[in-house]
Amino acid sequence: MTKTITLDGKTIPFTDGQTIMQAATAAGEYIPHLCHHPEFTPHGSCKLCTVKVNGRNCSACTFPAAEGQDVINNSQELTDDRKKITQMLFVEGNHFCPSCEKTGNCQLQAVAYYLNMLDDHFPLFYPHREMDASHPDVLIDHNRCIFCTLCVRASREQDGKDVFGIVGRGINKNLAVNSASGKLKDTDLDKNDKAAHICPTGAILIKRTGYQVPIGQRIYDHHEINEVTLLSENHHGE
Amino acid sequence: MYEHLETAENRDTLKRVVVDPVSRVEGHGKVTLLLDENNKVQQARLHIVEFRGFERFIQGRPYWELPVLVQRLCGICPVSHHLAAAKAIDQLVGVDPENLPVSADKLRRLLHFGQVLQSHALHFFHLSSPDLLFGFESDIGKRNIIAVLQDFPDIGLQGVKLRKYGQEVIRMVSGKRIHGTGAIAGGMNKHLSKEERDTLLADIDQILEWSAASVALIKKVHCANLPYYDDFATIRSNYLGLVKPDGALELYHGGIRAKTAAGETITDHFDYCNYNDLIHEEVRSWTYMKFPYLLSQGKEDGWYRVGPLARVNNCDFINTPLAEAARVEFKAHSPEAMVHSTLAFHWARLIEVLHCAESIKELLHDADLLVGELVAQGEKRYEGIGVIEAPRGTLFHHYQVDDNDIVTKANLIVSTTSNNQAMNESVRQVAAEYLSGRELTEPLLNNLEVAIRAYDPCLSCATHAVGKMPLQLELRDVDGVLIDKLIKHDTGDIERV
Repeated sequence: MTKTITLDGKTIPFTDGQTIMQAATAAGEYIPHLCHHPEFTPHGSCKLCTVKVNGRNCSACTFPAAEGQDVINNSQELTDDRKKITQMLFVEGNHFCPSCEKTGNCQLQAVAYYLNMLDDHFPLFYPHREMDASHPDVLIDHNRCIFCTLCVRASREQDGKDVFGIVGRGINKNLAVNSASGKLKDTDLDKNDKAAHICPTGAILIKRTGYQVPIGQRIYDHHEINEVTLLSENHHGE
Repeated sequence: MYEHLETAENRDTLKRVVVDPVSRVEGHGKVTLLLDENNKVQQARLHIVEFRGFERFIQGRPYWELPVLVQRLCGICPVSHHLAAAKAIDQLVGVDPENLPVSADKLRRLLHFGQVLQSHALHFFHLSSPDLLFGFESDIGKRNIIAVLQDFPDIGLQGVKLRKYGQEVIRMVSGKRIHGTGAIAGGMNKHLSKEERDTLLADIDQILEWSAASVALIKKVHCANLPYYDDFATIRSNYLGLVKPDGALELYHGGIRAKTAAGETITDHFDYCNYNDLIHEEVRSWTYMKFPYLLSQGKEDGWYRVGPLARVNNCDFINTPLAEAARVEFKAHSPEAMVHSTLAFHWARLIEVLHCAESIKELLHDADLLVGELVAQGEKRYEGIGVIEAPRGTLFHHYQVDDNDIVTKANLIVSTTSNNQAMNESVRQVAAEYLSGRELTEPLLNNLEVAIRAYDPCLSCATHAVGKMPLQLELRDVDGVLIDKLIKHDTGDIERV
């Protein structure tokens, strides 16, 4: 017999071992997220996918689905919280969408649009962050890193390497690379690695490819992130 | 001729009149007049009071961001910055202008014609036509585009629609009306679709008709007010701009031609990559805008004018028939080899509108816009220079990059900067000839703004330098007594006095 949970009052099926995120995605229900990717171990760090499970806040990407759960995903309270989280991600880094080459293809920007984020709300930190352009083919712009760790997980789990890691704590946290010099050029990263293509923002980029996709043909030019995500995550690996 | 009015003696004893802000121009500037007890003007200056700093903060960014990043200098002519930067980064990927794919070259030209058309239309109809149609000293309530639309609805509406058409050209080529993408290193990122081409073609004959009508209008206004229009704010200057190899008017790519006020050639078909051998820039302490001059003519006499007046004056002919006929009439109205009337900027500007409309029509029938190679690639270089004729004049972008593709140095000479000395001269001419000795009123002061407006200055674009501007810092106590004073010189040296 099919096991089920309710999501915003709707009964959806799940199988043992599935998270709430996986069950919701399979059922065609979008839960906003940035650090989650169906190909990699859940991390539960961005907190955008926070849902209420039987009245308690849980990260949908890590919380296992279980019989009898009553899950709230779409509520004003959760949308407001998600918007605040997204605003904090913007003000903690230096995200200048108008000139960023990832604009139109950026998940952070697309989530902000989806959540109807119209301003930063919080004071901008303007942190001083360096770029690492030392690699011949891949560039790290630390200004745009949101510490989702997708590059860390992609490098370890799919590329079989250990190029990226998060070091430091709190406001001093930053993305580091695994080389004695601390420079990307001295790691074994290759431009064809999954880790070089997984960044949801414009923090890790393939050099000399910016703006090649015209406006109107970028990922989020005609479809919101909920549509794009459900389509891609339900068909990944096909 | 009016240099003596740049700095007055005994400034503390003079009466100060300020026009702040100068309105109906792009960006923020002010004019200050210092008057003696008889209201005689002793000093007149145009100050640019905003500060941008693009040259500094694009350092450290990857070069392929430049066309998209630096176009944010301006919301009126972003395409010009976009294309000047693109021409510079073409060189960084080893592509010289003659090696740009034919389709990319034509798409860029179409984009630029759309840009010049919309910018000129905006300037003439939205910003300047109230002065020209109602009078320089008319009621302030009348001096705006809304009043033009009420009293001259056909003219006002044609202006709005001309601008809209230019912006549609930009949108279709670059994806957005303002701050699109389009040009990338070595080419363009898309063709024009057949649907887009057909949409633009459907309206082009109407646009041509309105453009021709606008030339007729400005000719009528100018000639009906002679000799006033030929004298007001008029100064004799050198002129600089790009021309085609055959001497024709050129907006996208060519060699530099500079002529004296008498029409004698200073340089011709000069390779703009060597611009440093042609032009230097001077810094003055009272404005954020620099003062470029032709090196061979010296600091005192080497200042020059750029923009529509310079281009139409400098070229031997225009390669589209209606604009060429208009140019011949324009030149014939003046007995001199060069037209020096500052108000003739408007006339020249509308001749260029007509040229753009004709050129867009010609290009739209070219199949290369729809198909063909879009991007070329060559050997990496470390320095790139792109020069283009922006609506307001010759625009220079110069970049250097390191091994990692990161910008290490940038120099921009923006069109309005080249007109800095000329605008100040025109302000001083108007102050000396039309205001001096009179009781100053708001309508009278508008004469100063009319003079500045003729140049269509973009003050936002022109104030990008950083780190070189002189600065004086004074610390005073509550009684106003000077406690400490620091001066930063234009060399960057700081002195405590």
